[in-house]
Amino acid sequence: MAHMNMIQALNSAMDVMLARDPAVVLMGEDIGYFGGVFRATEGLQRKYGEHRVLDTPIAEGGIVATAIGMGVNGLRPVAEIQFADYIYPGIDQIASELARLRFRSAGDFFAPVTIRTPCGGGIRGGQTHSQSPESIFTHICGIKVVMPSNPYDAKGLLIASIEDDDPVVFFEPKRLYNGPFDGDPNKPAVPWTSHPKGQVTEGYYTVPLGKAEIVRAGSDVTIITYGTMVFVAVAAAAALGLDAEIIDLRTLVPLDVDALCTSVKKTGRCVIAHEATRFSGFGAEILAVVQEECFWDLEAPIQRVAGWDTPYPHAFEWEYFPGQARVSEALKTVMEVT
Amino acid sequence: MNKRSRLHLPAPPARPGERPDFSYVQISPAGAVARPEISVRARDIDYLAHELVRVLGDDAEAVGPWNPHLDPSDLQMGLRHMLLVRIFDERMQRTQRAGKISFYIRSLGEEAVSVAQCMALLPGDMLFPSYRNQGLHITRGMPIVDLMCQLLSNTRDMCKGRQLPVMYHSKANNIFTISGNLATQFPQAVGWAMAAAIKGEDHLAASWLGDGSTAAADFHHALTFAAVYQAPVILNVVNNQWAISTFQGYAGGEQRSFAARGSGYGVASIRVDGNDFLAVHAVTQWAAARARTGAGPTLIELVTYRVAGHSTSDDPSRYRAKDDHKFWPLGDPIQRLKAHLIRLGEWSEDRHETLIAELDALVAKSWQEAVTYGTLNEGPRLNADLMFEDVFKEMPQNLLRQRAAMRLQRT
Repeated sequence: MAHMNMIQALNSAMDVMLARDPAVVLMGEDIGYFGGVFRATEGLQRKYGEHRVLDTPIAEGGIVATAIGMGVNGLRPVAEIQFADYIYPGIDQIASELARLRFRSAGDFFAPVTIRTPCGGGIRGGQTHSQSPESIFTHICGIKVVMPSNPYDAKGLLIASIEDDDPVVFFEPKRLYNGPFDGDPNKPAVPWTSHPKGQVTEGYYTVPLGKAEIVRAGSDVTIITYGTMVFVAVAAAAALGLDAEIIDLRTLVPLDVDALCTSVKKTGRCVIAHEATRFSGFGAEILAVVQEECFWDLEAPIQRVAGWDTPYPHAFEWEYFPGQARVSEALKTVMEVT
Repeated sequence: MNKRSRLHLPAPPARPGERPDFSYVQISPAGAVARPEISVRARDIDYLAHELVRVLGDDAEAVGPWNPHLDPSDLQMGLRHMLLVRIFDERMQRTQRAGKISFYIRSLGEEAVSVAQCMALLPGDMLFPSYRNQGLHITRGMPIVDLMCQLLSNTRDMCKGRQLPVMYHSKANNIFTISGNLATQFPQAVGWAMAAAIKGEDHLAASWLGDGSTAAADFHHALTFAAVYQAPVILNVVNNQWAISTFQGYAGGEQRSFAARGSGYGVASIRVDGNDFLAVHAVTQWAAARARTGAGPTLIELVTYRVAGHSTSDDPSRYRAKDDHKFWPLGDPIQRLKAHLIRLGEWSEDRHETLIAELDALVAKSWQEAVTYGTLNEGPRLNADLMFEDVFKEMPQNLLRQRAAMRLQRT
């Protein structure tokens, strides 16, 4: 075991897979010689060569399309989209091609492409470096959608994603790259070294796709969340002195419905929290599933906490961010009903 | 509005009732265009993007440096494939009109593109077709009955009922699955070729799209990535002059050739008479030799004419002159190859008629077999359960539940 932040853990995952499988190639803007704008691929081109860690032109549609072609020809590409905000030029290739090759060819062709992309705000990124577009991808049939919240899961989930024969869009909450974040920007930053999930196995391991994790067991209320909001939820529940059961989805597609419903049936109360905008956000799907499966066990209407339905504003980042205060409000609302 | 608009709006060669004027098509004499060495640098052959490589002259003789000197048996094979494509197309068009299949796309007048290019490539080369490349499947030996089963979405459909007719694929023959979205296959072919280069293999990739699709961003992505990595790929623009009702001027072909765009990216680019079987074969062979020797990608513009409507859903009489193809200056690819073979003493009208009868019978017999595996309206049907398979490699819980729900709805 070693201390790793999330960037180091992701780097380690790609290092492990480049070493294990000669079919694995990395590609993306600035990822080669330079090692990526967030340093996720630092040193990998030097170690594995320019032919396996490719710098690419600035064309997300071209990156995804060529990754598909490489995948069809037996490689296992891991493409970095520098910011999730830049993924839109690649959406036709993701939604109409990558996601459907297996289906439309009756299983004869597929491309095992993993698309890594940093998402979320809280880094003064403004409206083009802060978005959380995961629900655009969860709505597409045929791709898996992953978002880890800590270094240990990030490495294990990325290895599992690379090994998966289905395409995966892998969102990395960049505010968590360097440490867990409870939503309070005024507190000193906390590094991953002081967190148990910053202890990462150095070699190969996987965290299976499609399995949520109970971050904290409890009986008062279930908080269903993922990515940046996991630590915000933990802090908000602790501040209220609630015995909350907190579930980190880790994988959005396929969704671990059993884990969610088992918990909500036990607690009878549910709050859903994500950083992405609320309207048609992934929380709407979770809410619908919980309502359909757990209606007769619910003690109170389900609450959603999310980003406001506006672009991410540069100057009002912390008014936008769904921090502890908004999670606390939602928790109080579901606890008030008796 | 008082002022007259100065916006330029490209005009087609003729609207209904007008006499087509194809004088805009720049045509070089047969044999007139120099053939550079395959190791030539892209920047040194700009002329190839503006001239028109032709081998067969009006007298049906093969002339000039691009003459591929094919054996008569290969020419006869090419003629046979092209005729089979045309007869198959004609039969499927009628079948659609009779309501037996929902949709069809003919390649009438463009048969040399797929057949000659496919014959110039090797079986291990990966093909990323558009929807008017049925000739690739026929040239690589796909049984007609298998193509028909796809059109029928029946129990032998290679796509298991999931794709619109003509969206064939063949893993065994290295022909990629066709997307209904245009141009997406172009940069995918580049990626496939990049992988071949990374793995140190000699296979190349080839892809096709139409003049209209060159306007799509994927065209730019393909050319950029192909140029950057010098990928072993052949990128083909089938300039059949029409994108449904829109003349090629609306894709930007009016000011400069489509091939000239490749030169801008630093990709070797050739404009070729797409109805000249020998010229198409020759330039494809040249491009393939470049790709296999590490000399990089080639863009080929195949100048041809879409004699048929865009698809069975299209009515070209509403936007272009009737029988406009009779004025097309580059003739018909089948007639031209036939005349050449007759001139060589390797073919005759009698043999031609005999071959047509043989292929007619093959297509008719294939249809009789295909319908035994089911049609859209009668006979055996695919199990609708199949829609839930292959979305993912393993079926996730939500699809298992939805499949169960659909089964209940059926009972």
